[in-house]
Amino acid sequence: MDDLLQEFIAETRETLEALSGEIVAWESAPADRERLDAIFRFVHTVKGSCGFLDLPRLARLSHAAEDVLAAVRSGERTPDTRLVNAVLAIVDRVGEIVEAIDAGHALDDTGEDLLISALDAGSEAIVTSVAPVMRAPTRSVRLNVDLLDRMMSGMSDMVLARNELARRLRDEGVDPTIEAALERLSLTVAEMRDTVTRTRMQKIEALFSALPRMVRDTAAELGKSVTLHIEGSDVELDREMIEMMRDPLVHLIRNSIDHGLEGPAGRRSAGKRDSGWLSVSARQSGNQIVIEIADDGRGIDTGRLREKVLAVGLRSESALRAMSEQALLNMVFEPGLSTKEVVTGISGRGVGMDVVRANVEQIGGRIELANTPGKGLRISIHVPLTLSIMATIGVGVRDQRFAISRQTIEEIVRVGAGSIRIDQLGDTLMATVRDRRMPLVDLGDLLGFGRREPAMLVIVGASGGSYALAVDTVLDHEELVIKPAAPLVMATNIYAGQTLPDSGLPMLMLDCAGIAQLAGLVFTREIVPEDDAEPSAPGVQALLFDDLDGVRRIVPLSVIDRVEPVPVGAIRHAAGRLRLSVDGAIIPLVALGMWEGKASVSVLRLRDGSVELGYAIGEALDIVELPDTLVPAHDSGPIAGVVSIDGEQIEVIDLHWLFSTHADPNAAADAPLCLLEGADTAWLTTFLRPVLEAAGYRVTTALRPGEVAGVIVTMDGDAASPAHAAPVVRLRRDAEGSAVDGSIFRYDRPGLLAALAKSAGGR
Amino acid sequence: MPLFLIAQIAGRTVAIESSHVESVVDIGAIVPVPRSERHVRGLAALRSRVVTVIETKTALGLPEGDGTAMRAVITIVDGHHYAMLVDALEDVAAFDLSPLSAGIMLDNGWHRVGRGIIERDGEPILVIELGALIPAVAAAA
Repeated sequence: MDDLLQEFIAETRETLEALSGEIVAWESAPADRERLDAIFRFVHTVKGSCGFLDLPRLARLSHAAEDVLAAVRSGERTPDTRLVNAVLAIVDRVGEIVEAIDAGHALDDTGEDLLISALDAGSEAIVTSVAPVMRAPTRSVRLNVDLLDRMMSGMSDMVLARNELARRLRDEGVDPTIEAALERLSLTVAEMRDTVTRTRMQKIEALFSALPRMVRDTAAELGKSVTLHIEGSDVELDREMIEMMRDPLVHLIRNSIDHGLEGPAGRRSAGKRDSGWLSVSARQSGNQIVIEIADDGRGIDTGRLREKVLAVGLRSESALRAMSEQALLNMVFEPGLSTKEVVTGISGRGVGMDVVRANVEQIGGRIELANTPGKGLRISIHVPLTLSIMATIGVGVRDQRFAISRQTIEEIVRVGAGSIRIDQLGDTLMATVRDRRMPLVDLGDLLGFGRREPAMLVIVGASGGSYALAVDTVLDHEELVIKPAAPLVMATNIYAGQTLPDSGLPMLMLDCAGIAQLAGLVFTREIVPEDDAEPSAPGVQALLFDDLDGVRRIVPLSVIDRVEPVPVGAIRHAAGRLRLSVDGAIIPLVALGMWEGKASVSVLRLRDGSVELGYAIGEALDIVELPDTLVPAHDSGPIAGVVSIDGEQIEVIDLHWLFSTHADPNAAADAPLCLLEGADTAWLTTFLRPVLEAAGYRVTTALRPGEVAGVIVTMDGDAASPAHAAPVVRLRRDAEGSAVDGSIFRYDRPGLLAALAKSAGGR
Repeated sequence: MPLFLIAQIAGRTVAIESSHVESVVDIGAIVPVPRSERHVRGLAALRSRVVTVIETKTALGLPEGDGTAMRAVITIVDGHHYAMLVDALEDVAAFDLSPLSAGIMLDNGWHRVGRGIIERDGEPILVIELGALIPAVAAAA
């Protein structure tokens, strides 16, 4: 929430700066409609933001100013000097309060009633003197996007230069010290690139995280109950876009709750559940990000909309008659139109929608409405992908590589596996993957390279259906910065964008929806099932693989973070077990066979939520459904049992055994915190800390704010500070000392750990 | 007097206004763009930037080149970078731009790009606008 507040402050400050010119202009020409609209939009936005940031004073001020300005806009009041002054006094006050919030000091609220009453017709003119405002220094800066862009491209240049240097050095066969230096450089460069990229990109979560609170508050205010579904929070978007999308999204959601969803009584009589359903989702589709806001409310009443348009006089009756339903719907985006008569603190002044459309169009996006009167409204905002980082899978066709967004990929299968068949119906290819029939598109053929026997099938989902895309090879998984390609390239409808991977050779990203269209695939859009219908429990998906010892085994897909090849150089027997260095960390590795002779092995990176474990395998084969019946293993160990898949006996990995036996216990973030205290912390940190960490404690010598120690360890003779409520374990220096005082000899490892475990609540 | 870059395209000498030229480069490996228009040779990397490489001869409606031209003039159209392949570059100098003489009809694709004439030592040289070689395609919605 703090982030949001900071952003609100920065934004308001910025708008105020931009607005100061408008204000002066409006002062000299109060009849100027454009200036009026600009100021109106400002107070409206402030009002909207205040609502969900819980700033009642600002909300009150802005609401009052908005009322008056609305009256001016509709012609009920004429803007005379007094009114202009009163509005400007409020705008100034908003600025003062915002500065006060930022600086964290209180601002006297006397006089605010006066400011508000000054807005009324016939009130006394007011004179305000604005006190000089002290600005608090902030820990954030707002930067020009151009600067960030230059930083990004400089960074990419650096990566390419590093790659070339590495290539040259490898060719020359230089001595290891130089290689080590290069390695260090590479690490720094990679880290830098991550940071720089993050300056530009943000998960849409930043936008979505405030929604539950906002929806709850808005719904509570209106006496409605709303169930919110959020999907796709991890879609990444340009920071600039996120900023631009904030207001539209807030407006639309408020509108949905206020106008769309009926009250509980209304819903009951319409045969709906009491609680309204609101879904906000984001997904990447082709070269766009689609943000959808859908509700199951009453939808837009086009009849009333038509009357309203007539009443306001936006269109003539004959023009309205000639209009299609969709065109009529789009009239809601016209300025000065609202189908709701009651103006509430939430929305409903008919500004929202035109501002929303203006904002969206400003970033090159568009809005679509899908209205089902009585059943609900679905609003889709399409924004272009100016720049985004996407998880992609590289595929090869002949000697060219392409990227496919991982989000669109359902699965990847190798042709030749038992459950896959490819048939020809007439001239059309069709794939059958585990009894599921789907159209097949030969990517090589589509791109004009000619047909070839499919080797790998990438099953992709596109607008309502799935199809199999035949490629020659599936390469690696890569996070890529995707930028739009030139119009000449985009016009082919095959590509979603272009990117420059570390290889230094440009690569195109495929637009799977465009390819489906080009290949003439037509999917009838599935009807969204009633949300009452429980989805039938899907089976557990699992990865089938050949293990290092040649045995075919299976492991549930949900625990696999990723599968990646690692050089065997990254695998070491160290500190008593097999470990793998990967991504700058060391994780335990399990290998059930020989890996030493190979150049690289594939590693499954398994994760149980908090702890990570590597599992070296021979080759990943296929994704299958894990059968329900498992014949348990004879002994406990890495194998839980055996299942039958297509008549073959497949061993199932025992994840519980694997994690309980092999995982580093201290990796868990929720481990009890052990505070080392006293004069002799040197011995404690040097000797004791590794022991404690190995036993699964987090260890510190000083608590950070907010941290609570689970147990305190101190040397005999030091008084533990009474500030902590945690139990204390005292250590003594002599082996012989009396155990009467409850202290423990400092080299008595089992005794020490037992005492700790007892004190910390058992571990 | 504006500066012009004198280049060779398909054996003809042409002049390009230097304000339209971002840089002059040698193109490295070109990655083809399957199913794009014939004059799109592909994509190439220029430092960290991806440029779209245009086969200038094909775009002019002339017989296709042998694909060996690797020197290119970078121009920016609507925010996108294009590398226009040229046979050779000769010179950069300031000239007076004069309109095409009345009655001169340019053929092939030349009439689309011809913008005027400059005179170098008595030899008239056609001034072309590179951007005109990139057909405006409505941005895919």
